Amino acid sequence: MLKKEGEIRIPSGCAISGIIDRTGRRSINGRTIVDSIAVMHDRSNGLGGGFAGYGIYPDYADSYAFHVFYDDLKARQETERYLDRYFDVVNMSRIPVRPNRNVVDAPLIWRYFVNPLFNRIQEDRGEIDEKKFIVDTVFYVNTYIDGAYIFSSGKNMGIFKGVGYPEDIGDFYKLEDYDAYCWTAHGRYPTNTPGWWGGCHPFALLDHSVVHNGEISSYDANRRYIEMFGYKCNLLTDTEVITYIIDYLKRKKGFDYEDIAKIIAAPFWEEIDRMPEKEARKMKLLRNTYSSLLITGPFSIICGFDHGLMALNDRLKLRSMVAGEKDEVVYIASEEAAIRRICPDIDGIWAPRGGEPIIVHASKEAM
Amino acid sequence: MGIEYLYPEFEVHRNFDRCIKCRVCERQCSEGVHFYDAEDDIMRADESKCVDCQRCVTMCPTRALKIVKTENTFRPNHNWHQDTIEEIYRQATSGGALLSSMGNPKDYPSYWDRILLNASQVTNPSIDPLREPMETKVFLGKKPHDLEFDSHGEVISKLPPQIELELPVMFSAMSFGALSENAHKSLARAATACGTCYNTGEGGLNKSLYPYGPNTIVQVASGRFGVHEDYLKAGCAIEIKMGQGAKPGIGGHLPGRKIGPKVAETRMIPEGSDAISPAPHHDIYSIEDLRQLVYSLKEATNYEKPVIVKIAAVHNVAAIASGIARSGADIIAIDGFRGGTGAAPTRIRDNVGIPIELALAAVDQRLRDEKIRNDISIVVGGSIRSSADVVKAIALGADACYIGTAALIALGCHLCRQCQRGLCNWGIATQREDLCRRLNPDIGTEHLINLLTAWNNEIKEMMGGMGINSIEALRGNRLMLRGVGMTEKELEILGIKHAGE
Repeated sequence: MLKKEGEIRIPSGCAISGIIDRTGRRSINGRTIVDSIAVMHDRSNGLGGGFAGYGIYPDYADSYAFHVFYDDLKARQETERYLDRYFDVVNMSRIPVRPNRNVVDAPLIWRYFVNPLFNRIQEDRGEIDEKKFIVDTVFYVNTYIDGAYIFSSGKNMGIFKGVGYPEDIGDFYKLEDYDAYCWTAHGRYPTNTPGWWGGCHPFALLDHSVVHNGEISSYDANRRYIEMFGYKCNLLTDTEVITYIIDYLKRKKGFDYEDIAKIIAAPFWEEIDRMPEKEARKMKLLRNTYSSLLITGPFSIICGFDHGLMALNDRLKLRSMVAGEKDEVVYIASEEAAIRRICPDIDGIWAPRGGEPIIVHASKEAM
Repeated sequence: MGIEYLYPEFEVHRNFDRCIKCRVCERQCSEGVHFYDAEDDIMRADESKCVDCQRCVTMCPTRALKIVKTENTFRPNHNWHQDTIEEIYRQATSGGALLSSMGNPKDYPSYWDRILLNASQVTNPSIDPLREPMETKVFLGKKPHDLEFDSHGEVISKLPPQIELELPVMFSAMSFGALSENAHKSLARAATACGTCYNTGEGGLNKSLYPYGPNTIVQVASGRFGVHEDYLKAGCAIEIKMGQGAKPGIGGHLPGRKIGPKVAETRMIPEGSDAISPAPHHDIYSIEDLRQLVYSLKEATNYEKPVIVKIAAVHNVAAIASGIARSGADIIAIDGFRGGTGAAPTRIRDNVGIPIELALAAVDQRLRDEKIRNDISIVVGGSIRSSADVVKAIALGADACYIGTAALIALGCHLCRQCQRGLCNWGIATQREDLCRRLNPDIGTEHLINLLTAWNNEIKEMMGGMGINSIEALRGNRLMLRGVGMTEKELEILGIKHAGE
């Protein structure tokens, strides 16, 4: 029997795409991102597709939205018992899907809008940071409840993913029913997977979602480092470890995305030597301190977060990634065709250099 | 003759058709093997003195010589080997403990040779170091826990004292006294040229080598020889030697005949007196005492130098390393049971300590489990024989490696393992003036630079093959390793998978 993600490390190639409206308006329909990623059909092999949408749940914007895969009723009951103890569940339902003949073996897919019940949590856990508790909940359910897997845990955002080509997955989840200010998408070309839905991408923790194309050669160095700080790399995938690294540097260490990019795709020492003194000093300190978070090997990633995204290539640019902008909307994709498909008259598509992040912030006014 | 007679281990084969009786062999042999027989006009040899250092073979202008292991043998026995029997004869007639030099030569498993490296195929590209930047620079020392920035985003934090190396290979501790002045000079100059470090060992630092200070690690060992304020401040780091892989648990002994004027001055002891280092440091009887020494040394050097604590790889090495990581030390150096020495009791050398591969894997994992891996760098030594061993060590979790024996081989050592006799024909492990002159420090330096350059190029090739372009992404990257022919327990300790998995 094939081993699933988490039991074995599975490298994969992929396609990625991202769209963000700088104004923060929920102007991008789910159909648009599906059209974009669909063009890159040949970059996936039908073993995984997925999407992250930001701003899709305006009615529950202040609640955490948990998207959960269940293998069976027992897993669901056990998970709901856990959620009931610590959270006020504002709304729960099956995520609406439409049958698609190319999407088979779907698990039970549920969605919960929850608010943490702090007095209960504190009774059991003492003083604890809210976000830390959410992260702990995700780790707990995914690790200890057999057959349950929380794959989305942010506020006013959600992940939709599964085994299949991304355009079929988009159709399956009825993404045309969602409007967002930012979407990212992923088409997966794994070299070896039994087709486990949880192993598909985007991978997310809290508001951070990561879609990634590549196979990082630094994986185990990164994994063994980040696991010192309470993260458990259960899936053994690149995307998972990249998500944790970004979460660690952002949430626990307070770096901005510019600095995060400088840490994970650090400039070469010879470039640092040529920098102005102040900048060189800071860069040397960052690279030296977080040397084990340097990511090598090919990658292009789009990391979505609350009101923004960051796109980044490895420092040698071993994976294709292009970007363009028109009318306050920024487009990023593995291939230019994926941008032109949804914005035919765009000008000035460019290929960002290796290690040079594209960081886009969306206005919070529009909400 | 009684049982003390042992048939010579090596035979000198001289091709008399080629021998021109130039007597070079005679002049070159400090052991006095070769001599000219004027009566018969022929070169002869007293083979009982031969240690197979290959000096005469190398110097013979007509290639008339070779040294061959004798075929004379005791009745073969898989339990009672010939060496074992001979050693008993020696002890029965002398009453002494047996002495040896260099590393443990016994047939224990080498885990390096059972570990294989990965390479990229299809799913990610290998990287060509001739076309793309490939980084082998490393920093040894503590990493800051948190970085602080002011309101303008300017860095306030400062790096703790660290050693910056252009490649992850340093020369390990070998003292002036055990080694000749020219050997030390070669190491110091090569380290400086290559942007790495050499290590004084417990012999102090001669004033003439102070200019190489930025590339010098000064050692403080149990005998405290040559230790004074200027010495501590002369180097780029200070190493406290608690133990050594070749002789864990015991001290050192440099015999008086090796203590000439210059060695005496450098060690700050009288000429001709034996330099005896006690087994323990007499001010360190536990981990909390070590902490005091670490901080005494830091205090003495204004907290500007990283402090290394060197220990031998012994059974409980992971717990000891954890204690050291919490002692304030910046770097831990672990020396495996194969590590070399200028002299060690044979039984200790051959039977005490554990393989560096297992010790390294255990220490790295333990420090990560305790979440203190960033508080200390790990340097390993004790039979790093090639650049492949370096790559494997770093993938297991080391920050850098120490090489001793390999460096001496680059200087001409032929591993005859007779350093303790002080008659080194290659001018390396001797203080005899005429022998010392045989090692030209200019050539020695060049050879060491060549070795490090070659290794660094090979390291880059192997990294590139794995799709890694910076050494820090290799450190602790155990997925790049696979074992062959190992038990599950061995794989578990090394934290690697078996080939095919």
